[in-house]
Amino acid sequence: MAKLLLDNGEIFEGKSIGYEGTAFGEICFNTSMTGYQEILTDPSYAEQVIVMTYPEIGNYGINKDDFESSKVHATGFVIKNYCEKESHYLSSIKLNEYLKQKKVVAISGVDTRKLTTIIRETGAMNCLITSGEITDEHRNELKNYSMDKDIAQIVSRKSKEIIKSKAKNKKIKIAVIDCGIKKSILDNLIKQGCTLTVYPADVSAKEILKEKFNAVLISNGPGDPADAVKTIQTVKELIGKIPLYGICLGYQILSIALGAKTYKLKYGHRGGNHPVINRLTNKVMMTSQNHGYAVDVDTLPANASATYVNLNDGTLEGFICPELQIEAVQFHPEASPGPYDACEIFDEWVAQIKQDRQDKKFFGLIKKIGGKNAKK
Amino acid sequence: MPKNNDIKKVLVIGSGPIVIGQAAEFDYAGVQACRALREEGIQVVLVNSNPATIMTDENIADKVYIEPLTIEAFDYIINRERPDGLLAGLGGQTGLNLAVELHNAGILDKYGVKLLGTTIESIQKAEDRELFKELMIEIGEPIPESITVSNLEDAQKFADKIGFPLIIRPAFTLGGSGGGIASNQQEFEEIVHSGLLRSPISQILVERSIAGFKEVEYEVMRDANDTAIAICNMENIDPIGIHTGDSFVVAPSQTLTNKEYQMLRSSALKIIRALKIEGGCNVQYALDTASNQYYVIEVNPRVSRSSALASKATGYPIAKVTTKIAIGYHLHEIPNSITHKTVAAFEPALDYVVTKIPKWPFDKFDQGDRLLGTKMKATGEVMAIGRTFESSFKKAITSIEDKNTGLVRRQYTAFSDEELKALLSVQDDRRIFRVAEALTRRISVDEINHITKIDKWFINKIKNLVDFEQRLKEKNLTPELYLEAKEKGFLDTEIAVFTRHRLADIEALKKETGVKAAFKIVDTCAAEFKAYTPYYYSTYNEFDENTVDNSKESILILGSGPIRIGQGIEFDYCSVHAAWSVRNNGYQSLIVNSNPETLSTDFDVADKLYFEPMNIENIMNIIDEEKPKGVMVQFGGQTAINLADKLYERGVNILGTSIDAIRKAEDRKQFEALLKELGIPQPQGRAVRKQEEAIEAYKELGFPLLVRPSYVIGGRGMQVVYNEEELLTYFNSALKFSDEHPVLIDQYIEGKEVELDAISDGEDILIPGITEHIERAGIHSGDSMAIYPTQKVKPEVIQKLIEHTEKLAKALKIKGVMNIQFVLKDDIAYVIEVNPRASRTMPIMSKVTGIPMIEIGVNAALGKTLKEQGYGTGLAPTTDLVCVKVPVFSFQKLNRIDPALAPEMKSTGEVLGVDRVYEKALVKGFLAAGYSFPERRGDVMLSLNDHTKTGCEDIAAGFAELGFRIVATTGTHKYLKSKGIQSKEIANFDIEKMQAHMKKGQLCFVINTPTTNGNSARIGSENRGFLIRTIAEMYSTPCFTSVDTARAYLKAMKYHIQHPEMTYEGISEYKKSKVCV
Repeated sequence: MAKLLLDNGEIFEGKSIGYEGTAFGEICFNTSMTGYQEILTDPSYAEQVIVMTYPEIGNYGINKDDFESSKVHATGFVIKNYCEKESHYLSSIKLNEYLKQKKVVAISGVDTRKLTTIIRETGAMNCLITSGEITDEHRNELKNYSMDKDIAQIVSRKSKEIIKSKAKNKKIKIAVIDCGIKKSILDNLIKQGCTLTVYPADVSAKEILKEKFNAVLISNGPGDPADAVKTIQTVKELIGKIPLYGICLGYQILSIALGAKTYKLKYGHRGGNHPVINRLTNKVMMTSQNHGYAVDVDTLPANASATYVNLNDGTLEGFICPELQIEAVQFHPEASPGPYDACEIFDEWVAQIKQDRQDKKFFGLIKKIGGKNAKK
Repeated sequence: MPKNNDIKKVLVIGSGPIVIGQAAEFDYAGVQACRALREEGIQVVLVNSNPATIMTDENIADKVYIEPLTIEAFDYIINRERPDGLLAGLGGQTGLNLAVELHNAGILDKYGVKLLGTTIESIQKAEDRELFKELMIEIGEPIPESITVSNLEDAQKFADKIGFPLIIRPAFTLGGSGGGIASNQQEFEEIVHSGLLRSPISQILVERSIAGFKEVEYEVMRDANDTAIAICNMENIDPIGIHTGDSFVVAPSQTLTNKEYQMLRSSALKIIRALKIEGGCNVQYALDTASNQYYVIEVNPRVSRSSALASKATGYPIAKVTTKIAIGYHLHEIPNSITHKTVAAFEPALDYVVTKIPKWPFDKFDQGDRLLGTKMKATGEVMAIGRTFESSFKKAITSIEDKNTGLVRRQYTAFSDEELKALLSVQDDRRIFRVAEALTRRISVDEINHITKIDKWFINKIKNLVDFEQRLKEKNLTPELYLEAKEKGFLDTEIAVFTRHRLADIEALKKETGVKAAFKIVDTCAAEFKAYTPYYYSTYNEFDENTVDNSKESILILGSGPIRIGQGIEFDYCSVHAAWSVRNNGYQSLIVNSNPETLSTDFDVADKLYFEPMNIENIMNIIDEEKPKGVMVQFGGQTAINLADKLYERGVNILGTSIDAIRKAEDRKQFEALLKELGIPQPQGRAVRKQEEAIEAYKELGFPLLVRPSYVIGGRGMQVVYNEEELLTYFNSALKFSDEHPVLIDQYIEGKEVELDAISDGEDILIPGITEHIERAGIHSGDSMAIYPTQKVKPEVIQKLIEHTEKLAKALKIKGVMNIQFVLKDDIAYVIEVNPRASRTMPIMSKVTGIPMIEIGVNAALGKTLKEQGYGTGLAPTTDLVCVKVPVFSFQKLNRIDPALAPEMKSTGEVLGVDRVYEKALVKGFLAAGYSFPERRGDVMLSLNDHTKTGCEDIAAGFAELGFRIVATTGTHKYLKSKGIQSKEIANFDIEKMQAHMKKGQLCFVINTPTTNGNSARIGSENRGFLIRTIAEMYSTPCFTSVDTARAYLKAMKYHIQHPEMTYEGISEYKKSKVCV
């Protein structure tokens, strides 16, 4: 009998299907109906225990193409029904074997709907997941457990890497700050013909600025954005010197660097069905999301405007600061998993970068901005 | 953009009669549409010819027209009503086709009516194969190689190039009627021919077969702001090649990776954007099992059966949102009625698995062709929700209400492994059970996958269930094993059988272990937000989310399960009205049903909806949870009535008419005794077990006789026999009967059949009206044409009918509704049947008399007297209104079914012709049912049996007078000659020649009465008669198999020729002036 103990004392029992051991983390749920492989390997889930609300998991095994990183970053995985016999032509390993290989504790047979309701009502909390029995020691450990500070530094790569695009027209050079980047983000940029230099999260502004990049992208990643002190400092130093783009944690870091505030959502946004409206065009799209923190729209500086807003809860999903050539989104345009509706944002960004380069104009108002700031 | 305020009045098109491929889902969609419009303050004018629907109730629209869905009628009605907009996309293919025709005829332009939602251009792009193909090529979406042709020659050229197998799909037809897969030249020619004929524009698509691919569907939605979303995706368990309406389907897809899911989703959204659809749309895909190659198969630019299923599977009200989009709203402006906080611009997240299983009519038509292909054959479907595939699938199997509930069926145990494997490749309705049998024999998953092309995922899941059955058989039933069985969806009755325990033991174990069903909510968002949907399904070993409101007493209404022949949409009408009335009486209304096509399973019809199988265990779970004051069993057809006994045994309070009365009416012996006691005449009958007893019986009772088995085995039906030979043939034709299941022999009184629906409070009765059948007794009342009010019944006979009804209601202490069928002969009214429950005709009677039968019935069941209710007692007065109900059949979808009318019901739906003059109503009835009155006077073929020949000369003379040439088979020709009527003799059943005549359209219609009734052995001349009838069906040549119907048709035609001008009015306008009896 494997067990899950929540910080509020609730215990869920099930069958261990992964690594035999015990792990801690913050519990969160994801409502995607497909994409467990991408979710498990997304670095943004570092130090979290993921609950899948869709009950049948493992159906198509694990394949070589759908990894978002080479590791499983989540510390635990909780599902309703593990599918013992997967079926897919691409499957190269069964999910449970993969979880064992990657030392991830996982439980199947849990009433994930009840668990989700508890998370929704109580809010995010820490938990313990074990393939065995819960001991007093465990309870104490959970009481004292807290997530690491600046997890992005932990999951980030340790050295610079240059990735060249195979596309013909590869004149664009982008610096990427890896705070726990998903492979799909890199893939999307490479597909656009960008040559990428990927830096660890603790890179200095000086190091970036010494190369002639056309833009910098700050990636997604785990943890509280306010903890990412080093990266925030770097970004602050880059502002006004080079066009900056951000996704998810990168967007939050950019907002903090601009003076805005972030706050923790009660239970976050994790899934592939989040409706987001573009305040400039009034167009709606379904987005893939994975974040526990949000940017307080009221604290955005005057020179920034809201671009995207979540239709479910009115939270800010994107902003632009034309003056400083900053553009960032909270959701994941690379999807993986989730709908591809927003992936054209990469096209827009790369087109913008190309335009800027052609105009030899880094700063100043390039886009005409309509619409008003989204105030809650 | 918010609502378009120029639209103040909207005309909504209903989908007409229920036929295979177009059923109750459009009543559900239409009602949602009408409500969505009216809550915006828009006036709704509704036109539908189907009187069994809820949408044709006067409280659903501002004005209801029950009129034929013809261009002429619409021209008239649009001129009369002058609506601002037309909403056609919720009336199925019928609605869409009509909209296109109205546009082409310039009628919409003439009156300045705007087609709301998807434009004509978009409809045509999606529906016209060639335009669609062009568009797909233009936007780079792959489609299988195909060609659109209008003749065999062009089709042949393509076939020569591509080779077999090929799929043939006719353009603009319902449920793929007339299409199919051709594996050889002969099949190819046949299908091409019938496809060209079925298509209203004589156009077919011939395409490369991609059999074996996965079939995946997406239900998508778009608004004028170009926001496009995918509501739901669904995966067919059966690979491509079987019509999705005939496939086992799961939602969401189970075997697709995220990339595949999103690839197809993106494609669907790209298509819906390219087509500029405004509203709901369905896109079907074929996906390779070994690469990411996919093909777009089909697009339906409207709400459909699949969208009704998707709505129920997700909780997302597709029809309602489609309607809001049609009047100008954008998705992000429409509030989400489930969370109350979010908006309609989102994609549902499911945290359960949904399984849909079709309900086929093959139990009724045992000689029908059970093979499944691109032509839909199912009359209805069931849906089940479970937290795992296993439980969902098991519940769905239970829901189809077969004799057995399990997966392993005894009928396959006798086959050898080789025979079984051979049968696995046969794609019919029973294949899944053969898969289960193969798995019990340890035939490998790989091999089954190789033969059936069903994805291994599904086969393995079914194997889990089969293996578990084995475990139950071998292991001791511990509490743990029992709990596991419940989690997997096994019923207590099944567990009892597998573990060789008595049911009582299992129920004791259940009590002891405290194992109890828990209920979860369908909320569109996987619990991410708090939901307010009172929409539940059961699960085990999980938290119960249901909160029972004890502040108000509740009443459970049993629904009627899947739609099948004999139990259709009318019972959904009754269930829905019962739920509303229960609520009006101050109770909480709870409804349980398993049918996703219906309005009763819309989450806001009752206070709570339980989507569960209509099985006693599942119903008891709800009762144990809710502890309702009682259960209403009167309104859910035979499904609900069949549960009454079992509920009563378990101490459940049956509201209204007592279980005793139900038994008395249903049990032949008790019923006979009751009628005798009350002094009410009835046909005499015997139950016989041996041939000698049968001979004895006929000597006593005399011919003709109505024979039927007391217990239906393999669909063996009733039959009228006229002589000893026919009687003995019936006995000897492989009919199994025993002491337990004797054969029933009754006098067949060849008289006029009349039927009435009544309400009783135990003391008084109220009869809204009496209908008179056009066809003489012996044809199932559901298949008869019927007139209200009666035209040819003497007042003193009517008085007798009222008296008999009063006596019966009192004796049975009926509290609620009842239906009685009589046969009249020589002014004597014989009672042939009493149904202490809602009937097929109650929706019609409620509408044409303005007396809301179900409401009054529920009130009576809950203790209100009729006198209190103010609708009077006795027989209600009639008005100016006269109506004729005409049955509608779906034989074109079902191969090898004899279309001859018989005591067994065969029709799938009905229409109503309404007017002030009987003949006018008759004309409308025929037109609404799809008959026409040919301008060109060709041939009429008469071929009558000996029982009906006599007296048929008026029919022949009548048609001859109208200018038709009479062609008759030898016997009929001789008879006509003896009566001095000219006819051209056609060599007895020269099938080839007749076929050629029909093909050329030279033969306008056929009057053929069968020599033996219905489903009997096809031998000798009867075989040829059967051939004629089925060929007539194939060529859409009307074929009357009762001389009474033919006579009515002649009458209608004569009247129509003399009075070609027609008027159409709202149903309430016809009944303004009361006529007292």
